[in-house]
Amino acid sequence: MAELTEELSQVAPENPKTQSPKTTPKKQHPKAGTPTVIVDDLHIVYKVYGAASDAEKGNAANALMRILRRQGRPQMKEVHAVKGVSFVAYHGDAIGIIGRNGSGKSTLLRAIAGLLPPHKGAVYTNGQPSLLGVNAALMKELTGERNIILGCYAMGMTPSEVREKYDEIVDFSGIGDFVQFPMSTYSSGMGARLRFAISSAKTHDVLLIDEALATGDREFKRKSQQRIKQMREAAGTVFLVAHNLDVIEETCNRVIWLHKGKIRMEGDPQEVLEAYNKA
Amino acid sequence: MSQPESALAEAQGGGRAPESLAALAERHGLRRAIARPSMPAYLRQLWDRRHFILTYATSRNVSKYSESMLGQLWQVLTPLLNAAVYWLMFGVILGQSKQIENYPAFLITGVMVFTFTQRTVISGAKSISSNLSLIRALHFPRAALPLAYTIQELQQLAYSMAVLLLLVLVTGEPVTWLWLLIPVTLLMQTVFNIGTGLFMARLGAFMRDMNQLLPFITRTWLYASGVFYAIDDRTRDLPDILRWALEFNPAAAYIEFMRDLLIYERFPERWAWVTCLFWALFALIVGFWYFWRAEERYGRG
Repeated sequence: MAELTEELSQVAPENPKTQSPKTTPKKQHPKAGTPTVIVDDLHIVYKVYGAASDAEKGNAANALMRILRRQGRPQMKEVHAVKGVSFVAYHGDAIGIIGRNGSGKSTLLRAIAGLLPPHKGAVYTNGQPSLLGVNAALMKELTGERNIILGCYAMGMTPSEVREKYDEIVDFSGIGDFVQFPMSTYSSGMGARLRFAISSAKTHDVLLIDEALATGDREFKRKSQQRIKQMREAAGTVFLVAHNLDVIEETCNRVIWLHKGKIRMEGDPQEVLEAYNKA
Repeated sequence: MSQPESALAEAQGGGRAPESLAALAERHGLRRAIARPSMPAYLRQLWDRRHFILTYATSRNVSKYSESMLGQLWQVLTPLLNAAVYWLMFGVILGQSKQIENYPAFLITGVMVFTFTQRTVISGAKSISSNLSLIRALHFPRAALPLAYTIQELQQLAYSMAVLLLLVLVTGEPVTWLWLLIPVTLLMQTVFNIGTGLFMARLGAFMRDMNQLLPFITRTWLYASGVFYAIDDRTRDLPDILRWALEFNPAAAYIEFMRDLLIYERFPERWAWVTCLFWALFALIVGFWYFWRAEERYGRG
């Protein structure tokens, strides 16, 4: 069974369309719940600006020459971050995504969340998958108080929900009176705690967590892991990106190993993690 | 047995005829994560995000001046200084003031009204391209960003208008019942700005060079809009079509409308109403439609 898993998951992402039905037909019906997320031959390409190589350092004369020679803009590079990934996630799944830096983990999460448009292929979801994180909406010149309100609205809460959650967020972050000061005066730990407290205040159908959970002191780490556990129980499906493999082994029932934008291996956490550690 | 096998098995038929993942998705009622909502659904989503839009606009205004010593006072000082510079330039040095009665009021009205539209156009063009991290992190109708930027400018306009009305009074113009129409023209201009901001947001998101080019475009627009001179005086010798084009220019129309109310003390003519209303509706409909058409592509490049 294990070999089959590996073989399937290695072949499938390459050309899922041409997969012939000659693979052993399954006798039993999949008993796990209904699918919540289907990723179908997903390709993500994005453009990076300002990534000039050494040979073409940006000065005005070079830029002019490039236009005269009708070359493209060198500062614009295309990154093919996810190259044909396919899988199905079911209700109740907690899926860990592992891989080296730059293997496309975060990009895949963003695509599932519907934040990065697919270049080719598609992501089908049930309900709105949400990425855990509101950092981008917050403004460091503003007080913690204003940022809590701004962050909650950015996640789509209503005013009554914001009022209801406000005290809980302040309590959980443990920043106390600092909530009245601008966030730029916070220590990095305090900032991280507040950000986590805000972003975890909402419940989601499909929850996507992109590492950086292990912030703050040991006390807060314990608190935040507990919070994640609660959120996982409340959510239908959880995707977790982490470099800390212990966390993945503890919390996930499936693991996807991404390598250079493709699925290298997929399946039972123990097997995949074992293979990953050997590689 | 583990999940992925069943997933693939089901995807590939699981004993039945081969079924693609797309068909599986359809059978279970899953939707594409990225699909442009229909226009009514989009408008509803935007309405649901009204608190975010307002809070985001206010927050940006608060944080904008939070590091300067005079703080929020700059909201008043900036328009005042702007008017002072232009008055020195065109009123004193170039001597424009001799031909136009009450030139300071004429000039300040033009500057304030034009600045509102100019700033919305410039910030609208940046509203998507400078918020890519926000777009890549959270899900919301993207039109919320250009809208928030326009509302931010509207909040700033409140200060400019207070300064403008005060200066107009100081230069000796009386308060008339026509002042009651000020909110009407501001509303028309705001609607025009919302539409233009949305239009520019999409342009700025996909044409990076737009932000470099815009200051020149808006400055040309400034000179063509009769902020410093009276269009009908200057264009007397020009062919009709050109004169008509200059007066049909939306910025010129909103400026003239405001001058009618504040300085000339006359009810704006019918063509002024028609022009202002036309531009407001035209910009809103075209801008919104144009922005919405690319909804699923923002955040990619």
